[in-house]
Formats: sequence, C-alpha cells, structure tokens
Amino acid sequence: MWAAMPTEGVSVHGRSNWRLLILGVLIASLLATLAARLFYLQVISGSTYRAQAHENSVREVVNPAVRGLILDQLGRPLVSNQTSMGVTVDRHALRLQKDHGAAVISRLAGVLGVTPASITDKLAPCGTPGAKRPPICWNGPTYQPVPVATKVPVQTAITIMEMRSEFPGITAQMDASRTYPSPFGANAAHLLGYLGPVTQSQLNTQGTSLDPNRLRSTDLIGRTGLEKQYDTALRGKPAVTTFSVDTAGHVLSTLDQQPATPGNYVVTSIDAKLQAVVEKQLAAAIDRAHTQGFPGVAGAAVVVDVRTGRILSMASYPTYDPSIWVGGVSKTQYDQLMKSNALNFNAMQGLYAPGSTFKAISTAAAGTQGFNLYGTYPCPNQLKIGSQTFRNFESSGFGPISLKRALEVSCNTVFYGISDKMWNAAGGVKANANSPDPIAKTAKMFGLGSPTGIDLPGESTGRVSSRAFKEANWQAHKNAWCANALSGYPTLRKTNPTLADYYTSLDKENCANGFLWRPGDALNQAIGQGDTAVTPLQMAMVYAAVANGGTVYEPTVAKAIVDPTGKVVQEITPKVKSHVNVPKSVFTFLHNALPGVAENGSAKGDFVGFPLSKIPIAAKTGSAQVSGNKVSTSWFATYAPANNPKYAVLMMVSQGGTGAGTSGPSVRKIYEALFGVNGTSVDPTKSVLFGDAPQTQLPKIRSDGTPVVPKGAGSGVGGGG
Amino acid sequence: MSNWQLTDLMQRPSAPQREQGSTYWRDLDWVLLIAAACVTLYGALLVWSGSLANYTSGGDTTSFVKKHLITVLASIPMGYVASRLNHRWLRAYTPYLYAICLAFMLAPFIPHLGARIAGARAWVSLPGGFTLQPSEFMTIALILAMSAVLSEKRDIESEPNNRDVRLALLLAVIPLLIDLAQNDTGTSLIMATVVVAVIAVSGAKRSWVVGLLALGIGGGLLAARLHLLKTHQIARLTSFVNPGSDTTGSAYNALQARIAIGGGQVTGYGLFHGPQTQGHFVPVNVSDFVFTVSGEEMGFLGSILLLILLAVIVWRALLIAFRADDLYGRLVATGITAWFAFQIFENIGMTMGIMPITGIPLPLVSAGGTSMMATWIGIGLLMNIRLHAVRSAP
Repeated sequence: MWAAMPTEGVSVHGRSNWRLLILGVLIASLLATLAARLFYLQVISGSTYRAQAHENSVREVVNPAVRGLILDQLGRPLVSNQTSMGVTVDRHALRLQKDHGAAVISRLAGVLGVTPASITDKLAPCGTPGAKRPPICWNGPTYQPVPVATKVPVQTAITIMEMRSEFPGITAQMDASRTYPSPFGANAAHLLGYLGPVTQSQLNTQGTSLDPNRLRSTDLIGRTGLEKQYDTALRGKPAVTTFSVDTAGHVLSTLDQQPATPGNYVVTSIDAKLQAVVEKQLAAAIDRAHTQGFPGVAGAAVVVDVRTGRILSMASYPTYDPSIWVGGVSKTQYDQLMKSNALNFNAMQGLYAPGSTFKAISTAAAGTQGFNLYGTYPCPNQLKIGSQTFRNFESSGFGPISLKRALEVSCNTVFYGISDKMWNAAGGVKANANSPDPIAKTAKMFGLGSPTGIDLPGESTGRVSSRAFKEANWQAHKNAWCANALSGYPTLRKTNPTLADYYTSLDKENCANGFLWRPGDALNQAIGQGDTAVTPLQMAMVYAAVANGGTVYEPTVAKAIVDPTGKVVQEITPKVKSHVNVPKSVFTFLHNALPGVAENGSAKGDFVGFPLSKIPIAAKTGSAQVSGNKVSTSWFATYAPANNPKYAVLMMVSQGGTGAGTSGPSVRKIYEALFGVNGTSVDPTKSVLFGDAPQTQLPKIRSDGTPVVPKGAGSGVGGGG
Repeated sequence: MSNWQLTDLMQRPSAPQREQGSTYWRDLDWVLLIAAACVTLYGALLVWSGSLANYTSGGDTTSFVKKHLITVLASIPMGYVASRLNHRWLRAYTPYLYAICLAFMLAPFIPHLGARIAGARAWVSLPGGFTLQPSEFMTIALILAMSAVLSEKRDIESEPNNRDVRLALLLAVIPLLIDLAQNDTGTSLIMATVVVAVIAVSGAKRSWVVGLLALGIGGGLLAARLHLLKTHQIARLTSFVNPGSDTTGSAYNALQARIAIGGGQVTGYGLFHGPQTQGHFVPVNVSDFVFTVSGEEMGFLGSILLLILLAVIVWRALLIAFRADDLYGRLVATGITAWFAFQIFENIGMTMGIMPITGIPLPLVSAGGTSMMATWIGIGLLMNIRLHAVRSAP
C-alpha cells in the first residue's frame, strides 16, 4: 500500500517525501560546512597552526656561536672575545625536584654569595605574575637554561660541577663576551660599533620563521659600526639542539642537532698603530682649540689610501670606551653617552660647512669653464656686489695674484670674482634651475651631496649649495614663509614689534623671491659657505680624488671576511663610485699649487722644519663660518706626497678656530708618523705602517684561530708592545 | 530532468529472485557496508596512533588498539542480528526494549556502578576497564519506539494524529530529561534532533514541526541565558564562543584541537608523527577528539577522505529512508540518518571550533564500546529496512 503512492503534493506521503528531502539537503549543507571549515583550517591557515604546533611541542637549546674577531690590517685584534665562567639554571630540571628546586637554589645562592630571591627573580619569565621587569626577568625561550651569574670565579664553577648531585639542573660553562684589546691604545669605538639585544621589531620582521639560525630574543647583534655592517658574517651559526616534548614537558625525541659554526673574522684596512697616532693627534687638536679658548665641541680625522679608497684610520671626537656596552650598559652610562654626543660618529655623520677646503672644487670648476688657471686675478680686501660687501678673511688684500697664490693665501675675493663671472654667464637672476651651475656640478662629481658608500651604517648625505637646491628649498618652505608674511607674527608683535617687523620683511622677501639664486649665493658657494654641508669623510674623499687624478672611490674599512682558519670567504675590493670629469690639466695645476699652501701659504707655520722637499704635502686650510657660532670650523685637508700621492689626511674641529692654527700641527704629526719623519730626516723603516705601506696581503691565521702578526710589527698589547 | 519526480528517489532495486534468505548477502547495501568498514579500519589506525602517547614509559603500545578491535569484533555481529530481525517481532518487542534501556539509563545513578567521565555522569563501569554509556542504546530504542507509535494504525489519507505525536513526544521527553540530569548535553542534543526529524518525516501537522523547532532553539537560548546549564556545560559552550578565555580548561581543548588539525596542512605529519597527537596536547584524542589525529597526521587529504566516507554512509542511510516500503521503516531509517548525521557534524564541528564542545564520539571512529556497538546496530537496522523493501518490491 505504501508503494502505491499518490503523487499529489498535499498528501501525507508527499509531505513526508518533501520533509525527508529537506532533511537530506540540511544534512548535505552540514557536511559541506565541515568540508569548508576543514579546508580553511588546513589549507588556508595551516601554516599558522603549524607554527603554533611547533611552538607547543618543539623545544630548542641554543648556544650562540663565538663571534668573529675584527682585525687590523696586520691581524692585530681590534675586537676579540674573552671567556669567563657563567652559571645557568635549567628550570625544567628544577621543576622535577620535590620542592621545585627551592633547596637547590638556596645552595646555589650560598656558593655564589647572593640571596635566593635574586636567583628566582632571574628565573621568572617576563610577564608572568610576580616577575620583575626586564632585564631582570627571563625573556628567552622556555627551554633555554637561564643564565643567573656571569664572571663567576673558576673555583666556584669547579665546586658546582664537582657536586653534580647537589646541583641538579645547574651548569657552569664558558661564556664569551666582547673585549677590546686596544692595540697601542687605539680606541676606534665608532668604527667598531657595539652589540646590543635584538629589538622587538627585528624579531617581528622574521615572522614565524623556524630557521635554527634565526634571531632570538636572547641574541646580541651589532647595533652600529662594523659590528652592525658585518653582523651576519661575525655572528656565525649557533649550536641548536631541537627536540620534541609532550604536554607535560617530557622530552619525546631529539629532532635535530646543529653544531655551532663560529663567526667569521673581518679583516680591516685600519692600522692600529696609525689609528692610535691619529686619535692622539685629534685629541691634541681639540686641546689646542680649548687652549685658544674655543669650544672645540667635535672633531674628526680621516686617513685614506688615495689609490684604493681604503680607510687606514678614522677617528671621531668625542668618543667613549666601547667596553661599557659589554654585559649591558647602565642607565647612568647611557645618559652620559647621550648627553656628551659621544655616540655620534662625526667623521661620517657630522655635517659641517667645508669653508675654504672647498676652493679646490671651485678651482676645478673654473678650469672647466675656460678660466686661465695660470692667469692673474685681483685679490682686493673686499668686493662690492650690488648693495652688499663681501670681505676677505681677516680683511687682508693681496693685489693681483696668480690662482696658485690665491689658493696658498686662501683669497676669497679671487673666488668671488670667478663665481660672479660664472653667475653672469649662466644668465644672472634670469637663470633658472636648469641653467649651468658649474661649481655645484663639480662638487657633486667629487661626491658631495651624496653618501660616500662606505661600508659602515648610518653615514650622512650632506648637501651642495646650488641654484636647484635653493629652488627646491623654496618649494618646500614657501607656504610657511608666505603665511608668516601675511600674518606678521601676531604673538611676537605683542612683545617685540621691531623683531616682528624684521621677521615679516624677511618672510615677505623669501615668499616672493626665495627661489632666486642671487650673486651673494654664488659667492658663498665658491668658498664652501652657504647651504653646502659635508662630512669630514666626504671631504677626505674629495682630496683623495684630487690626489689620484679624479677617481672617487667608495671608501672601505673592511678588506676581507675570512673564516677562523684564515680561508677567505669574501674579499672586499676597492670600488669606484664615480670619475671627476674635468680636464687633466686641472689636476696637474692642483698638484703644483696645493703644496704651496704648506711651503709658502696659510699652512706654512705648520710645516716649519718638515722635509717638504722630500715629501711635498698638498694642503688646503679652511676656517668655515657657521651662522650662530662665533668660532669657525677648523679644517685641514691634505694629501701626500704631492708628486706621488699615497695618502689623504684630513682633520676637522668644530668651533675649533682656524685650520692652520688648530688642526694643522696635528696633521703634520700624522705625516711624520706615516713617513717616518724625524726632524728633517726621513726613514721609511720608522714609518708607523709596517713596511712603510698599507698591507696588500691579508694576515695569516693559525689553525686555532689566532691571527699571526708579522715579526717586528708589534701586537700593541701587553708589556712587550 | 523536467519530468523528475520526488518518487524517482524511491526506485527500489529490482529483486528477480525472491527466495527468503538466499538473497540476503546479495541484497545488502554493499556501498554502505564497505564505507562503514573503511571508516572503522581508518578509525582503528587513528585510535592506535592517538593511544601511543599513553605509553611513553613503555608497555605494550598496541594494547589499547587491541581492546578497540575487540569491541569492533563484538559490534559487527550485533549489527548482523539487527539486520535479520523480523519487523513484526521488532515492533512487538519495542516497548520492552524501551523500558530496559530506560532502566539501564538510570544505572549510572547507582553508587559504585556509575562513572563520571568528563563531567557527565552517564557511564556504567564494567569489569576489564570497559565502560558503557546506556544513553547510546536509548537513542536506538527511542527511534524504534517513536517510529512504531507514529506509523501505527495508518491508512493512506490520515496523518499521525495529535494523540500519536503527543505519545511519541512523551517517549522522547523521559530519556531527554535523564540525559540532562546526567549532564550529557551531547546525547540530549542528538536525541532532540532525532525527535524533530522523525516527527517531521512522519507527516505530522506543520504546527508540530514548527513548534518543536521553535522550542528546541528557544529552549537552548533560554537555558543558557538563565544559567540552567551546569558549570561544565557553560564552560564548554562559552569556550566555543570565546576560545581565548581559558587556556587550561575547555578553551584549551578547543585551541589545541584546532592547532592539531590546522597544523596537519595538506598532507599531514604522517601516521604516528603528529606532534600535537604524540605530545598529548589534545585531550581524549582516542575518543571525542579522534578527528584531530586524522587532521594532524593524515592532513587535509586523509581527513576529507574520511569526511567523504562518512557522507557516503549518511547518503546511503537517507536513500534507505526514501526507499523504505512502509512508514515504520522510513521513520526508523530517518531517525538513524538524523542521528548519524548530527553526531558526525557535532563531533567534527567541535574539534574544528564551529560547534560547542560536548562529549560525544565520532561514529565508527572513536574508541568507546557503546558507541561502536550502537552504530553497528544502527547500520544493521538500516540493512533490515532495505532488505524488507527489496523483498516487497513488485
């Protein structure tokens, strides 16, 4: 009877059929939901869950690799490692104790001579209830044994290791930390840089990486200098044992064991002995500024091999003791560092007006514009352009003189005249941003206004005063200028209407004509004043390029990365940044003219008694005016020997006085050390550089990882020197 | 397709030979049987892998899965018996069956005999470490009893009258209340689903169906709002809504289950190699959370295969309901279909975080004797109805 079913939809059977079908559809949709959810969990978001599963069940014990050394050009360690005994606590082993390790911790506190609470504070993971703030609390991976004591006396470490049963879960092992041997007293803090904890953002950028070589929150990484630049090479690969655990923390199996790969060494072109001399002479120049009553707030010195662009020495004032970073810097120390600006690497981060040292560039620009380099130019004590008067330094005039003589005595008015002619040739006030600007163009060819490309992090770019820069600067500021010109400083006006009027008139002028490249701008540009700002390193590279006939190298500090057995991993070869496209005759002229500065010009006093006939020094002084500072920036830019250039030496003291008066004597001392000058005699064997030249070979390294310093060069550390 | 009619679904397999008994094996639903056998075997592998974590300190690592296989071997004959029962006999003895199951359900309340597992007092301890959950059998008894009541004295034109429906509901309410009293939320939900499905398909007035659906949904919401549910039920339900709230209780289960399944990705870690499974991060992963073992170790490929096999079982059950030759058979098959489907959805859904956590096993897969036996008896009853339909076909 059931089979003979009527088909009208309203019957009981029809209703039953429809309801069964609806049930089927409902069930199908439920099962489809399960399939969709399964697809979502496993295929779409599977990798996230896999990472969580890994975090749950995979534990790592990590021992960081010994960090690589940083060596000078002869293999003398500038940065090394010291080992000391440290004590770690395995919290999971403690937890297995009946009293959760309370007795063990109290015994350990006894032998270490600390309170048990100070140990338990270090064991508490950060963020758990009762945990202290970082860095006291434990911020590392759960399964990592927690370091609770460093620099433990060896006897204590032996006690702990001998009484294993008394100290379950406690291990005493060798810890390596950075040490600075300071060969010959060289500090080089800014070059070397320092280590600091990994930042949270660095950890975040790694995402959920499971790479055993990834950064961990307990890692130290290079934060500045060579330590940062070559961090990956120096760090090596940690020893990582990976094992799986169950939910109770029992080890199920060892999944992977990676032995440590010690970090590679960075061989630099720095010469420790020269670095010590340069640092000493920079300090002497600062002292000289202070003796003259000048602030002398900052200084820098650079010695570069003009044939390769390799940095032989680079120093910065103020400086600091790099070892204060080891084991974590204290708040007081850090505040002190920040207050003193000692962390700034002025040699490549400080920006200063180059002043008269810029005249080598203006001369080169003149040479490209058809000015007769051997002609005669008027050097009055002042020059009137329009309504403004531009004076010579210390307002002395020399009458008509040669361009060589103009460089020797650093006559501003000669360069004013040349620049004024160029300004008129470009179209005067009618010129636009695309009109010729030969001095700016030449400055850029020499590498100003762009990073040198040195293999150190954080160098400044600087800028070149130019018609285009002024236009861009106006575009960036005109809205503010024009707004101020309209409002007329209402707040200031209430208290000081005269000053408000003055500011308003300035802003009116800037708003209307701030883009105009006026004769005054052109004149300042020629003598390295105005908007031009350079780093001492950039200026050193300019003189290196003058010396080598127009090749601008990217300066390098590192020569090679070698592994701890001495095998070369990577050689860092000199790289040319650009070529200065000016006629060869310009360089010939400069090679002949610049030695006159030392012989017979503004630096004459600095080189009295120096054997200039044997080692001609090409030099240019600079005493750059800085608006707001009464005391000029002392510059001394040189290269030598002028007839066969090898080295460029540059020194700068901010608010230090004149170039010749403050920096000159120190630069002379550096040359004496470089060339082995004693009185008027020159003895190359007395050169501070071993073999009287930068090393072409990389230092040898023994199989145990110790570098071999050539006999006679001296390690610069310990009593033997 | 234009002249497709719903009755097309009801085409019965032809039965050229009608001699009783001799066609039994041929007329079985082999698709259903093979799918059920595959799921059972696959489940045994998962149970084996899931049980390994209990043997980290040694011992016979196969002892648990051996026990599981024993229950499987005990269950299949029960299914065979169920497939051979005569309908008239079955209907005649249903009241006794219902009464026995109801009495059995009260056993967990007897001290020393009852066992409290996962907060629910719904188990009976047996010698040898076995436990029984009487409410699983009650589901079957309820399906049989309601089907009998609702298909009684039916002629073509009449739908089940209100008295029939009321009686059926009375039969359902008693075990439902006992389940709730025993904190066995999962089984209560399944029974409720079965009741609505059976009454709907019986052809009862629309008002009954709509009313029951409204009562089920409204009652659930009200119970939660008035905190009628005991704490463990609330905890399990809220951990579903707010999985980050409690990492050691139910929310922890839910999170670890999802990590296990998600972490399996497409191909899985391989049997016996899932870190969440082997590390015991997912609790009760041989019973209620057995699907996480599949997810983690067999990956999406293995788990979607399991899901497809389970879907085949439900599809065949539904087809048997469609093709049943009388209302009684149809209602029994409908009840079993709803039971299987909802239990699969609830169990897998809770492991994947789309359903609240209630302690019910995955049919044919989870370790647990009662569920295994009840499911095979259910399959046996489906076969019984199919064989009845085939034999009465013209």
